[in-house]
Amino acid sequence: MKYIYYPGCSLKSTGRPYEESLLAVFKELQIPMEELHDWNCCGATSYMSVDELKAFGLAARNLALAESQNGINGNGDPDVHIVAPCSACYLVLIKTERYLKEYKNERKAVIKGLKTIGLDYNGKAVIRHPVDVLFNDIGLESIAKHIKKPLKGIKVASYYGCQMIRPFELFDPVHYPVTLDLLVDKLGATPLDWPLKTRCCGGSLTGTLHEAGMRLNYRLLSEAKKRGADMIITTCPLCQFNLECYQDRISSYTGKKIEMPILYFTQLVGLALGIPEKKLGIHRSFIRFPNFQALEMEV
Amino acid sequence: MTFSFLRTRKWKYQKPSRIEQDKTVRRRIKYESELDIGFREKIAKMAWGERLDSCMQCGTCSATCPVSHYMDYTPRRIIDMVRQGFKEEVLNSFTLWVCASCYSCTVECPRGIKITDVMYALKREAIKQGFHPKRFLIPMLASKFYKQVLRHGRQNEGRLILSLYLSANPLLLLRNSKLAFRLWRRGRMKLFEKGIRNKASIRKLLSSIERREEEPVQ
Amino acid sequence: MTSTKQNGEVRIGYFVCHCGHNIGATIDVLKVADVIKNLPGVVISREYKYMCSDPGQEMIQEDIKEHNLNRIVVAACSPLLHENTFRRATEKAGINQYYFHMVNIRENASWVHVDKAEATRKAIDLSRAAIQRVFFHQALEKKQVSINPNVLVVGGGISGIHAALTLAKAGKKVYLVERDPTIGGLMAKFDKTFPTLDCAACILTPKMTEVKNHPNIELMTYSEVEKVSGFVGQYKATIKRKPRYIKEDVCVGCLDCIDACIYKDGKYYDEFNVGLSKRKPVYIPFPQATPQLVVFDPEACVRLKRGKCKETCVEKCDRDAIDFDQKEKFEEIEIGSVIVATGFQIFDAKKIPYYGYGKYQNVYNALEIERLVNSSGPTGGQVVMRNGEVPKKIGIIHCVGSRDEKTNIWCSRVCCTYSVKLAHLLKELSGADVYNFYIDMRTPGKGQEEFYNQVMREGVHFIRGRVAEVTDWAAEKEEQGKLIIRVEDTLIGVVRRIPVDMVVLGVGVEPHSDADKIRRLFNISCSTEGFYLEKHPKLAPFDTASDGVYIAGGCQGPKDITDAVAQAGAAAAEALALIDKGFIEMEPNTAFISEDNCSGCKSCIPLCPYTAISFDEEVFKAKINEVLCKGCGTCVAACPSAAIDQNLFTNDQIYNEIDGLLKYEIV
Ligand code: SF4
Ligand code: SF4
Repeated sequence: MKYIYYPGCSLKSTGRPYEESLLAVFKELQIPMEELHDWNCCGATSYMSVDELKAFGLAARNLALAESQNGINGNGDPDVHIVAPCSACYLVLIKTERYLKEYKNERKAVIKGLKTIGLDYNGKAVIRHPVDVLFNDIGLESIAKHIKKPLKGIKVASYYGCQMIRPFELFDPVHYPVTLDLLVDKLGATPLDWPLKTRCCGGSLTGTLHEAGMRLNYRLLSEAKKRGADMIITTCPLCQFNLECYQDRISSYTGKKIEMPILYFTQLVGLALGIPEKKLGIHRSFIRFPNFQALEMEV
Repeated sequence: MTFSFLRTRKWKYQKPSRIEQDKTVRRRIKYESELDIGFREKIAKMAWGERLDSCMQCGTCSATCPVSHYMDYTPRRIIDMVRQGFKEEVLNSFTLWVCASCYSCTVECPRGIKITDVMYALKREAIKQGFHPKRFLIPMLASKFYKQVLRHGRQNEGRLILSLYLSANPLLLLRNSKLAFRLWRRGRMKLFEKGIRNKASIRKLLSSIERREEEPVQ
Repeated sequence: MTSTKQNGEVRIGYFVCHCGHNIGATIDVLKVADVIKNLPGVVISREYKYMCSDPGQEMIQEDIKEHNLNRIVVAACSPLLHENTFRRATEKAGINQYYFHMVNIRENASWVHVDKAEATRKAIDLSRAAIQRVFFHQALEKKQVSINPNVLVVGGGISGIHAALTLAKAGKKVYLVERDPTIGGLMAKFDKTFPTLDCAACILTPKMTEVKNHPNIELMTYSEVEKVSGFVGQYKATIKRKPRYIKEDVCVGCLDCIDACIYKDGKYYDEFNVGLSKRKPVYIPFPQATPQLVVFDPEACVRLKRGKCKETCVEKCDRDAIDFDQKEKFEEIEIGSVIVATGFQIFDAKKIPYYGYGKYQNVYNALEIERLVNSSGPTGGQVVMRNGEVPKKIGIIHCVGSRDEKTNIWCSRVCCTYSVKLAHLLKELSGADVYNFYIDMRTPGKGQEEFYNQVMREGVHFIRGRVAEVTDWAAEKEEQGKLIIRVEDTLIGVVRRIPVDMVVLGVGVEPHSDADKIRRLFNISCSTEGFYLEKHPKLAPFDTASDGVYIAGGCQGPKDITDAVAQAGAAAAEALALIDKGFIEMEPNTAFISEDNCSGCKSCIPLCPYTAISFDEEVFKAKINEVLCKGCGTCVAACPSAAIDQNLFTNDQIYNEIDGLLKYEIV
């Protein structure tokens, strides 16, 4: 089975390190994956606020493309697994899939629209988050076999964000998700048990309602810091951006220095697998984790 | 509730200890004739037939919402105002735009109401009816985003923010220029993006999908 | 048995009822009467506003006499409501009541349809079926069965205790079966009862002692009902007696063995104090436990687990009451009726992760607080938290596991008032500031609203809003190290964060997790949420669909002590009414075998759940005992030679009814 990679807009710009590290990790673990040809923006939350049906249309185009791109599996069933690393894309695609399944009229309208551009959608595509793929398809045990540099001695706060686990309970309990923590544990690091792991980072509010966004992020950062986290890992480019890029501003507002490295979970996995930092896009971070070098020394 | 966080010297946005209070004496009463009776039905339909009627006004949604303290009406009040037909207040409210679509409320509501979907429906209705506050960034972002994707098939964060701040408040550009520079240096920002190959197909697709919101959900 | 066809001419009277608007508004009753009039056999066809009224019944009787009718069909409401009314009327006019048949065109037609033409057609079809059926009706007599006056009461909580005492006082023999080592149930764990603040133990323990001493009550604690067979008036039940490893007749409850146990301190979860203290492997649930007997916990006792121990307890017991070789025993009892009073369980607050129960040590459920504030509880009535501190600020959260689609959707009815009570007790004992978080305050019942008002005046805060989260992340200095309650104060319209030291969860109540198992023993049905279903929600809340089986207390639905006791009394009275009548009449719906057709294959014999079929080896035919037959129809369907038929449901009757139903005309 080959996964189809749907990067979404962010992974091509601010989220570049996510893309780099994701591809590197998948390659290292020998998970076959190819990018969706000519994918388009999923519409994110903004599209839903303007026109929901068109938002579904937009997302469904990607699903339809994926279905036409992937072949048939051994049993003759279509076997389309789309990997959407950006949590926002992930949710939009899933919501589209679910709602089109549930509501006939909307499904008809969207499929009619897709036909005008020569596509068809039959609801077979399965949407997956890389966390889900690593956890459920690959399995922690087989990841463990590839570990070259166990991440001993660092305390990692996993930040799940909203869209990956809400509102549909897909692979993790909505109130207290655990997959990332188990993964962190497997990599040799210490997972941090903290209550804000699913609290919203504000999404696009950091750009539009600045104060609200700043404050939400301040809460997350300061709480992680207070509980002794060495870093926070995220699963979404927007969460990562919000948590990382405003730290200097938050520090200057509050007068408290906050320097918390924010990594993508794939970067962390990559480090443990012994992939060079450069390939994981770690050099693109604003805040460097001082001990990365030391980590490499250790082994 | 005190905002100790805001009390620190450098926070520039809001003087927190000052409680904002409208000092003018105002007459407040709502006559039945001012209410829009069909509003509840309409929004419920737009939000996939959501059962607003069963809300018991428990406030779980507001309390769980990470941004409800920036809202003029908490999500709970919005739900009741929709049911009672307070259309103008609801569509004029900041609440819709402050909502970050984080789905916290939806997963907690003890009556299983999908509040996030209701918020989306209200946003759409507010845009359609031209209600949203002028020069308010959030709805502007939504419509800029909408247009950009329509044109290129993809969205480019740099350019999106650029055009948003340009038309809203160029000062914001200044404030964020350092951030933009840092991103650019690390290769995390491009102002130009190819977009998708077949741009016309997006326009064709979207123009062929039109649903009149009033149409009943099956 | 005489066949109808030999009865000569069939003369049917048909009566259709408007039931006011209930039927009349959706069904064209005049038309129905008109169409039926022309069917073969129908002598008279009438409609009337209320057939069940006196004039309606008189009309039937007069018509029977005047027109010499010998079959009566009434199309009206459900037979559950008025079948008996019309049967009596028929009998009064001098013909056998089983020549009467009832058609339900209300629940089955008018109430469930909107299209008048279609509903009318359905009423006609149903009536035609009945008309064809009654041709084959026969004169039958009701059966009489005698009633065994002994009663089984299942569950030794306050409901079971009260029911058992009521029956015993009336001179009936009662078997009271309780699965725990002591009776007393949940009430025994409570501190004070609302709204009067009576001490729960003070009012309960005298009743427990009375049960123990009453000559008419046979108390079977640490026992479970294993099997039930038979039918109303003649039940047999098998009771499993779990081994206590104590000779019940020898032990005097001196408790020396507990002191002598090799464990110097308690080590195991103490059920009575809901885990707030620990007990030893040999224990007595609480000082007033009834009966006063110790129990050995086989999971904990070293001797029982490993077969080897110093057995200091045995050494100490000078009466030689300890017997480690005891085994489970089964006893069979015969009873005529049963009262099921198995109660409810409290909601497990761990199912709501965001309230932090089981995660933060100072989050308690209400039952734990009942023990904590009790002067004979684990802390001697001191409000000391698990971390050893006395709380200064306490939050009580209502509706935990109630009114929530994700857990239980019903209102648990007792939590509001008990939360108010706990607020009062906690404030009184610790001097703390107490906050109650409620969605809607529900304090119905005598004296409860006044009690709420009193507690308000004591200075307890009441905030209207459902708590979204109990958490330990602090947003400001004052919140450090506290539990923070996030809630919208809905009356003010603002979200608040309230730091407290202790959180009390007002957990709701729900059916026992094994309620289903017990329900099946007695053939009781249940509502969707799992509480046992009463026969009628208003008029028979203590009766069930199984004759002679009554329900009382928490197993039927959430209720407080007052209501549980009232219901238990009602159930006992109902059982007494049954017993004192001495016999019951049963529908003559027994199966019978036509000997000519029976091939003697014996297929029916093992199928009968009531062992009513025997085999006569001499004539090589099966035989049905009419007294034992309950009319379930299993054998009728199973007989490969179609030799079995059932009264009230003979093949002739059913086939003709179907035929009538299918004579579907475009009208
Ligand atoms: S959580 Fe649900 S029931 Fe409670 S106020 Fe909000 S919408 Fe209403
Ligand atoms: S979805 Fe919107 S209203 Fe609901 S909790 Fe999140 S931000 Fe608040």
